[in-house]
Amino acid sequence: MRLKEFWHRLGSPRWFYQMSGPWQLGFTVAAGVLLLVGIIWGVAFAPPDYQQGNSFRIMYVHVPTAILAQSVYMVLGAAGVLLLVWRMKLADMVLQTMVPFGLAMTALALFTGAVWGRPTWGTWWVFDGRTTSTLVMLFLYFGLYALRQAIPRPEAAGRACALLAIVGTINIPIIKYSVEWWTTLHQGATFKLTEAPAMPIEMWAPLLVNVIGIYCLFGANLIANLRNEILRREQATKWVRELVARPLT
Amino acid sequence: MFRVQFHREWLSMMRSRDEVLNPLVFLFLAVTLFAMGFGGDAKVLGEFSPGIVWVLVLLANLLSLEAMFRRDFEDGSLEQMVLLADPQFLPVLAKITAQWCVTGFAMTLLAPVVALMLNMPVSALPTLMVCLLLGTPALSLVGAVGAALTVGLRRGGVLLALLVLPLYLPVLIFGVSAVVDVMAGIDTVAQIYWLAAISMLAVTAAPFAVVAAIRISVEQT
Amino acid sequence: MFDSFQAFLDMGGHGLYVWLVYGSAVPLLVLNLMKLRRARRQLLRELKATQAVLDDATHAT
Repeated sequence: MRLKEFWHRLGSPRWFYQMSGPWQLGFTVAAGVLLLVGIIWGVAFAPPDYQQGNSFRIMYVHVPTAILAQSVYMVLGAAGVLLLVWRMKLADMVLQTMVPFGLAMTALALFTGAVWGRPTWGTWWVFDGRTTSTLVMLFLYFGLYALRQAIPRPEAAGRACALLAIVGTINIPIIKYSVEWWTTLHQGATFKLTEAPAMPIEMWAPLLVNVIGIYCLFGANLIANLRNEILRREQATKWVRELVARPLT
Repeated sequence: MFRVQFHREWLSMMRSRDEVLNPLVFLFLAVTLFAMGFGGDAKVLGEFSPGIVWVLVLLANLLSLEAMFRRDFEDGSLEQMVLLADPQFLPVLAKITAQWCVTGFAMTLLAPVVALMLNMPVSALPTLMVCLLLGTPALSLVGAVGAALTVGLRRGGVLLALLVLPLYLPVLIFGVSAVVDVMAGIDTVAQIYWLAAISMLAVTAAPFAVVAAIRISVEQT
Repeated sequence: MFDSFQAFLDMGGHGLYVWLVYGSAVPLLVLNLMKLRRARRQLLRELKATQAVLDDATHAT
């Protein structure tokens, strides 16, 4: 019963705005602290890898951004379903405001991957399963961005992007599988992190901290963007006018 | 219902022959460009022919997408077709089928000529044709979603390519790898199954996405 | 742990790569966190300005 109530309330931007102030503060502080701790721990205190030496420290940036690149796209796909099926306003705002963040994370994952590839594989770029599917995801983010720019009416743009995000979400696993299937067949043994010997705790603990930290960063961005977008879209309503009239905090 | 709609599409396409012929002429023109780009070296061309043929089929298909809904959108018949039909996906499916007949299917029939121009071994031709026959329906179906989303937009062309080409990637991968494998004497059943599976998935899901996309495009004008 | 600060910078010969990654990622993350704060203040200022204009217009009529 409470869950159903929560669900209905999520449809109300005003309720979300009033509830989310403390959440945003929490996520922002958590993101800052966790990323600071995780990055310093990873770059200075984690033990070097016995095969890769110190270049493996790139992992502490690369893996969280790569995870987030996918997660953000999945969130966009879910928001697309929420928008098309339940016409939820917040989902439309998620689809509108989170594309640049996802794009940035995907670009950062590709860049850090390339820089890691150079000392580890001896090449900046390999069209293997993961790099190719991440690159395709970058194009899908660009597509979402370009489609929104091209459609003048915001409501139609939102629903068009929702549809595209859903189609893209269905396609990502197919793309990923097909590229992996093709490259593993033709390149023989590739370089897989997952098949490396299990890492000792001193090595994966900073990674875990960074992954949680970057999810908090995602949460902070999501809530902050939503709050701003709510104010912008509801600026004619009484409650926003009253809120704006108050002195800046 | 399906047959009536298909017949209507077919007639209207035959009336504007250039729209049908242009992508096919493009296919041959681009093959010529590739051949010249490789200095006409038959050995090199033969080695890369699976990739060249598939990429050009993808691009030729893309070129024909823009016209798919354009005229019906402009004269308002798209709106009636989608909103009044019951079930709504049938006329859409008929339209996509008609488009596939003059692109994917036509290119399947022309593929041996194109492949031989690129010096592909004759033994690979049956596999190439089977893969094109099974893979191109997915291209037309997925492409139709992109075409329906961009039909009302003034600068739709490049955007359509940006939206659709990433989604074409799996068909390209399985299609090329099948032909490469058959040239190397390896069994290609897996790729053929995969192409069929992708087309089946597309035929079940895409028509509904196209209907939704047409609604969005119609409502925004 | 590193023996010296020099060894920390050198990263066993991989310094260029490691510092290229951290040098691009850390400023980006910091900028992102700063942007969250700045975007909200800027928006509030904007809304305040537009509403002042609107209020003036209604008073004038």
